[in-house]
Amino acid sequence: MKVKIETPLVLEQAKKLRAGDIVEITGTIYTARDAAHKRMLTEYEETGKLPFDIKNAVIYYAGPAPEKPGMVIGSAGPTTSYRMDAYAPKLIELGQTGMIGKGARNQQVVDTMKKYGAVYFGATGGAGALLANHIKKSEVIAYEDLGAEAIRKLYVKDFPAIVIIDSLGNNLYETEPPKYRQ
Amino acid sequence: MREISVDLVRDAIKTMCIEANCILSDDVYQAIEKAKTTESSAVGRELLCQLTKNADIAKRDYMPICQDTGMAIIFLEIGQDVHFYGGYLEDAVNEGVRLGYEEGYLRKSIVKDPFIRVNTGDNTPAVIHTQIVPGDKVDITVAPKGFGSENMSRIFMMKPSDGIEGAKDAIVQAVKEAGPNPCPPMVVGVGCGGSFEKCALLAKKALLRPIGSVSPIPHIYEMEKELLERMNKTGIGPQGLGGNTTVLGVHVESFPTHIAGMPIAVNISCHVTRHTHTIL
Ligand code: SF4
Repeated sequence: MKVKIETPLVLEQAKKLRAGDIVEITGTIYTARDAAHKRMLTEYEETGKLPFDIKNAVIYYAGPAPEKPGMVIGSAGPTTSYRMDAYAPKLIELGQTGMIGKGARNQQVVDTMKKYGAVYFGATGGAGALLANHIKKSEVIAYEDLGAEAIRKLYVKDFPAIVIIDSLGNNLYETEPPKYRQ
Repeated sequence: MREISVDLVRDAIKTMCIEANCILSDDVYQAIEKAKTTESSAVGRELLCQLTKNADIAKRDYMPICQDTGMAIIFLEIGQDVHFYGGYLEDAVNEGVRLGYEEGYLRKSIVKDPFIRVNTGDNTPAVIHTQIVPGDKVDITVAPKGFGSENMSRIFMMKPSDGIEGAKDAIVQAVKEAGPNPCPPMVVGVGCGGSFEKCALLAKKALLRPIGSVSPIPHIYEMEKELLERMNKTGIGPQGLGGNTTVLGVHVESFPTHIAGMPIAVNISCHVTRHTHTIL
């Protein structure tokens, strides 16, 4: 069954989602990957500020390709999430409720998700052209010098994803493959 | 002696960078199509449908199949009777990459230094492998490589006593450890023998073979078949969400090696395994 969800992702809604739910996300999300995370948290330590409101925010681990003239954005699929594992717990602590990426997360991230009620969505890795079609607006709001790694504010419509890890710690990467192991 | 302008090389590379990134090669596309009919998981089948749909959109809009348009890996087989004029060959190759990534709206993903990570802004330099071969042709392959899967690659300096069984176990283990990270279904290139760097290069070259092609060496052919079967029994499945399509292809290349060693390299690639090829 498809679950339609809207951002900002309020805690109540985040906690209701279960691993395996197929979702369509509509609303504002932010892109950030390796370099942006590093810079955000360094700046936070120095100034106590982040470039966008982290409360109930959904961060998309992605570095899109440049847009062609007349297009909103270039190809824009997820990047591998474990590289953000070092930064995610702090942001969840500060109020982030959703992450979109691909691939496994470490225990510390999962523990923090359980403690604060965040969820981890998987978008189809390598389906950048298809996913770009669900991005209706895009604007660089910080760290323009990082190029593809700049922070973008996106407006997405019916963005397809699957809940991989829910706020109880249920994890599709752990539960599903064994069913098909031979 | 055949005279070739380096401008010709530059222009070919430019076009090939764009094409490789926007048009999923037919062998990969067909392999995904085929997997749709054999995948046991319903979610898996849906994900495989997304992949071909994605490739169709990329082709229609001439935009990258995947936003990670990779580091440009370029193989040049240069006939020994060729003479290049008009500049330095490697500069021309890099110029082709620069133009291709700019004009094709491809992502620039290269940083200048592994530790001081400043983007070069034009996706150069490329990784260039040249080989001198007989004849007067120039054979060019452009294989942009994404790093979600590159990061999952492994080299094992194994002992001769580990044998082919030990090698197979290590290779399957590498795929299991990669799990959902390299956007499965994967394509796996394996290099056996040679030296430390030779086996890595063989593994990379194995990825250039069309999916479905088989090794002409009987025991390597058997090895490819068994590896494919074992990997597809790991349960990882499309996107790591379970299923029997974990890999689309396994290609193994081998080379003579030293009496004391058995190097094995596993180069993991994804369902956006890109390779274009042309002959000048
Ligand atoms: S692993 Fe392949 S499909 Fe996945 S993001 Fe990287 S290049 Fe794209």
